[in-house]
Amino acid sequence: MNIHEYQAKELLDKYGVANSPGGVATTPEEAEKIARSLGTNNLVVKAQIHAGGRGKGTFTNGFKGGVHLCKTASQARDIAAQMLGQTLVTHQTGPEGRPVRKVLISESVEIARELYLAILIDRTISAPVIVASTEGGVEIEAVAEHSPEKIVRMAVDPLLGLQPFQTRKLAKVLQIPSGEMRNACKLFANLYSLFIKCDCSMVEVNPLVITKGGIVLALDAKFNFDDNALFRHPDILAYRDLEEEDPREVEASKSNLSYIGLDGNIACLVNGAGLAMATMDIIKHYGGEPANFLDVGGGATEQQVTDAFKILVADKRVKAILVNIFGGIMKCDIIAQGIINAVKAVNLPVPLVVRLEGTNVEAGRKLLQESNLPVTSASDIADAAMKVVAAAQPA
Amino acid sequence: MSILVDHSTRLLVQGITGKAGGFHARSCMEYGTNVVAGVTPARGGEVFENKVPVFDTVYEARNETGCNASMIFVPAEFAADSILEAVDAGVELVICITEGIPVLDMMRVKAGMEGSSSRLIGPNCPGIITPGACKIGIMPGYIHKPGNVGVVSRSGTLTYEAVWQLSSRSLGQSTCVGIGGDPINGTSHLDVVKMFNDDPGTEAIILIGEIGGTAEEEAAEWIGRNCVKPVAAFIAGATAPPGRRMGHAGAIVSGGKGTAAGKIEAMHAAGIEVAITPADMADALLRRMAR
Repeated sequence: MNIHEYQAKELLDKYGVANSPGGVATTPEEAEKIARSLGTNNLVVKAQIHAGGRGKGTFTNGFKGGVHLCKTASQARDIAAQMLGQTLVTHQTGPEGRPVRKVLISESVEIARELYLAILIDRTISAPVIVASTEGGVEIEAVAEHSPEKIVRMAVDPLLGLQPFQTRKLAKVLQIPSGEMRNACKLFANLYSLFIKCDCSMVEVNPLVITKGGIVLALDAKFNFDDNALFRHPDILAYRDLEEEDPREVEASKSNLSYIGLDGNIACLVNGAGLAMATMDIIKHYGGEPANFLDVGGGATEQQVTDAFKILVADKRVKAILVNIFGGIMKCDIIAQGIINAVKAVNLPVPLVVRLEGTNVEAGRKLLQESNLPVTSASDIADAAMKVVAAAQPA
Repeated sequence: MSILVDHSTRLLVQGITGKAGGFHARSCMEYGTNVVAGVTPARGGEVFENKVPVFDTVYEARNETGCNASMIFVPAEFAADSILEAVDAGVELVICITEGIPVLDMMRVKAGMEGSSSRLIGPNCPGIITPGACKIGIMPGYIHKPGNVGVVSRSGTLTYEAVWQLSSRSLGQSTCVGIGGDPINGTSHLDVVKMFNDDPGTEAIILIGEIGGTAEEEAAEWIGRNCVKPVAAFIAGATAPPGRRMGHAGAIVSGGKGTAAGKIEAMHAAGIEVAITPADMADALLRRMAR
């Protein structure tokens, strides 16, 4: 799950991680008020969308740039007026762009040095690891490639947590001046506490800055949360912005289905994440392009299968559908009945290839046969992939 | 011969009175697994299927029945505690089927298990089966056949696919182990490969991996140096876009790490025959055995 920049600032504030002062506005008037309250003539106005590349983006009304520096509150108001209610197109949004409903107004601090700091789970050692570098403000992958010696990794004991001496060591690694060390250590400790208490899978502060006034601030922070832990964080779940997500994925999540939209034209409905990935792979192997990843899970109900099918059929890009089920807990007759129900409810605009194997396979095949639906059955996964790729070809 | 489970396995089911726990406990019993106890807090004293005593705690179950393996079907919120409870009671083999456990919970479980002699399989896994002897988990028993091929996999249904291909070619299995699709799990590909390598009943190995992490690469490196048995592999997710989690919490390519291409390269370098498609897993093993 992704969150907005202003929401990230709210989290940083809540956990006492120093960042640049600012606030979020939904109207130009609010923007002006916030700008005035900051009491500075170094201001920045930022359009709030999830996609990156905002600075170089263009609004569909012709206004250039989703990030603007300005000097006065009335300038901030004018810039906000050009952004709010408009659609911003960046290299990450696709040509349709994203509607801007909120802008963030904050103090544009004068930067002396840009640093990098991240916390993530290192699965090889089953522990959190802190990644720090004096080379901030650029992509860490680039630093890793050109000057790997400038990236320091520090593992944290999962049971002890981040120790004060480790924060002091980090301050030295990042060459923080002694006078600012206490504040920096506090920032590190609070950021770690945020990471653990919010069940993050990653927090990336880039850049962490030292201002010309010598103060350490988390200027920009990106968060990833562990989806499995969201049940115990209703406050973070409330940050979810459905407008920013693929509508197909939003629909699927309502039915508790694991769905990821892709760009191809062959829809897949599979049980199990591994088999779902493998099904995408074999479609591609035979020259097709998958339209989605969809795992209906181990214990899906007839209703979930019907919902899943409706999502696939509603996608106008889809030219053929492949159902690949290896029943374990999932019973093949349940899948078959779900498909029959869905096809009766929505009709079948494209060819459907079904491969069933596993628990109750005979009952499932019989149901499909007796339904008299135009279903192509396949004997195994390769046969299924070849048939669906052929079916998706333009006639 | 086999690894981890056989006729001597005495199984406890944690969460036996739940819907999923009960259903799969029954299916394991029907397969012939010796289910000796169940645990559901505050339900102690009940009897499951007129046969299996239910206890409030694993501690009691262990003392009363001498169970030496546990299958966990407890909901994700409480599963970490259930694993630690089984470990504390000294249960030798703990198999956690539950999916959706928060990664920080598993991190603490793993740290808490340091130094214990229990082995954890999973979480988020289909379980373990030694065909004809003992089934612990949610896999459909009838597709398996006793034999000499060891199977280790992160994915459930993809394992069934491999087993089905093997059985249809009259290649039986020694033991099939699902290690689970989470980023932090109890037992790795490498741990299981080492056991298969030492097991006189296993003559060849199929290893099924997926994008994310470096566990497949580590297993490949060891196999290249040490494994005396033929190995075939399949890696799922070659077409998955980076940065997107493919269902399994562990299946994500990030920062250029954990790609299918990198894993396949490591497999080739270790002399492992890599299946070209998921339909090719058993045939890949046959090709490797013919080399």
